[in-house]
Amino acid sequence: MIGVSGLSVTLGEREVLSDVTLQVRRGEWLAVIGPNGAGKSTLLKAVMGIVGHRGEVSIDERPAASLKPRARARLVAYAPQTPALPPDMTVSEYALLGRTPYIPYLGRESRHDREVTASVLDRLDLSSFAARRLGELSGGERQRVVLARALAQQAPVLLLDEPTTALDLGHQQQVLELVDRLRLADGLTVVSTLHDLTVAGQYADTLLLLAEGRAAAHGKPVQVLTGALIGKHFDAHVKIEPGPDGRPVVHLIRGGP
Amino acid sequence: MLDTQLRPARARPLWVAGALAVLAASMVAGLLGGAAGISPWQVVLQALDWLPFVEIDSGLAPIEKGLLYELRLPRVLVAAVVGGLLAMAGAGYQGVFRNPLADPYLLGAAAGAGLTTTLVIVMVPAPVLTIPVAAFVGAIGGVMLAFALGNTAGRSGGTATLVLAGVAVTSFLTAIQTFVQQFKVEELQRIYSWILGDVGGGWDQLWLVLPYAAVSSVALLVHGRMLDVLSVGDDEATALGVRASRVRLAVLLAASLATAAAVAVSGLIGFVGIVVPHVVRRLAGGSYRIVLPLSLIGGAAFLVLADLLARTVIAPAELPIGVVTMFIGAPFFVAVLRMTRRTST
Repeated sequence: MIGVSGLSVTLGEREVLSDVTLQVRRGEWLAVIGPNGAGKSTLLKAVMGIVGHRGEVSIDERPAASLKPRARARLVAYAPQTPALPPDMTVSEYALLGRTPYIPYLGRESRHDREVTASVLDRLDLSSFAARRLGELSGGERQRVVLARALAQQAPVLLLDEPTTALDLGHQQQVLELVDRLRLADGLTVVSTLHDLTVAGQYADTLLLLAEGRAAAHGKPVQVLTGALIGKHFDAHVKIEPGPDGRPVVHLIRGGP
Repeated sequence: MLDTQLRPARARPLWVAGALAVLAASMVAGLLGGAAGISPWQVVLQALDWLPFVEIDSGLAPIEKGLLYELRLPRVLVAAVVGGLLAMAGAGYQGVFRNPLADPYLLGAAAGAGLTTTLVIVMVPAPVLTIPVAAFVGAIGGVMLAFALGNTAGRSGGTATLVLAGVAVTSFLTAIQTFVQQFKVEELQRIYSWILGDVGGGWDQLWLVLPYAAVSSVALLVHGRMLDVLSVGDDEATALGVRASRVRLAVLLAASLATAAAVAVSGLIGFVGIVVPHVVRRLAGGSYRIVLPLSLIGGAAFLVLADLLARTVIAPAELPIGVVTMFIGAPFFVAVLRMTRRTST
């Protein structure tokens, strides 16, 4: 569904990503992990076409560079790490923005756009929030509203940049379970950055470990979440155990390096 | 149930009707303007009589009619047009720069118009319609200079560079303007009275500004939804398939045209462009589909009232209208902020 080959991004003087190559299958959940500054967010932005890059990005077998912005936005939806949420905008107004790729430049939302958005809000249990202003929402509610806008875009690919930052354990789980359910129900392809390694290992089919802008490891959670790789790239002392379903759980060990 | 809540943002009919009623009342008050012996009702009748295909006897004497038609009416209309334009241009600038403190003069329109007007006052002996034309050209020139600088100085498309370029252009042009006016100290008062604003230019100036007002208003009003998209930031707008820099350029062109048209016939009237959109946002909602049309109406009403105060408070002398907008605008602004503090964080 997404193909990336030889992707490099230079921001200012610094090469943030170098020569990253990657394939994401339809319906797969890929989690991008790595230490701070490894280029995780930049990778998502490059796929979205927000930052300039060298190398090829293809979406649904088509070179991304050949897609017009609107066509690209119908294929890929993006939720940034710190979304701008205008405090005076209501939840429904914000979610309706997700229909922008389907609305002519100076046009207005059609009945269909409103129905799609209403059903998305309904699915995310946000119907009763529709008239609320964004400034009045809690962290977990905001995250769901951002997700609602992305889903209203009805794109087969969802790029989520740290969807669980600033959420407590329960809300993290809620959001990730929700993404997982929607992915399975609608056959969405999900690419997300996740800073919590255990969480990434629990939810993703595949992990990509980025370190200093390069792909250090790519594979199933058991292949990537190893003491050696984490010790080397995160400079952390951890113990890895298989969880109840066999997926690895990463424990921090006190008195590390 | 949900379907009714899921309407896209738009100004509620009640708000529009209310704003129009306030505008109509302030225009009647503006026409009345402290003149003795004329009742508001007669003014309303007379106003209807001026409409095409309407014949109503207002019972006013010919001299009173003449006063109303030749002096008061154009004045009220110029104030309304200028107030509407400045408020809507302010809303447009705030949307583009995603900053509630952006005002229509941010990109050098005021300094450009100030310079060209000063040059005309100082160098041309008896300028009549030359001042509006000079101010218009200067305002557009100032903004274009800021654009040119902003595009060469940094990464194109960013708003921060553009604001800095606006600041640089403003300082530079103001410096030249100050330099020029020092050579003609005897013209200082004319220059200052132009800078502080005046809407008493008459019918000629109204016709001069109207085409630009119409074009820029329509261009701004149709961009309401796009400004809402921009309000989530450039990256997300791009992810929604919108070319943010293109929207910005279109809105800035329209808002700058509106500003230039307003400046041409009224000088530099401050505060309208910030205070009116703010009040609208606080009272009626934050979407630009609400803020733009209601700012147009609200700005018009605000400036008509400000002009009314300007010419009645110390009658028969007149206060500069720019002084009034700031003097009553600031406390009013604070009152609205306090009043609505509970509803937003």
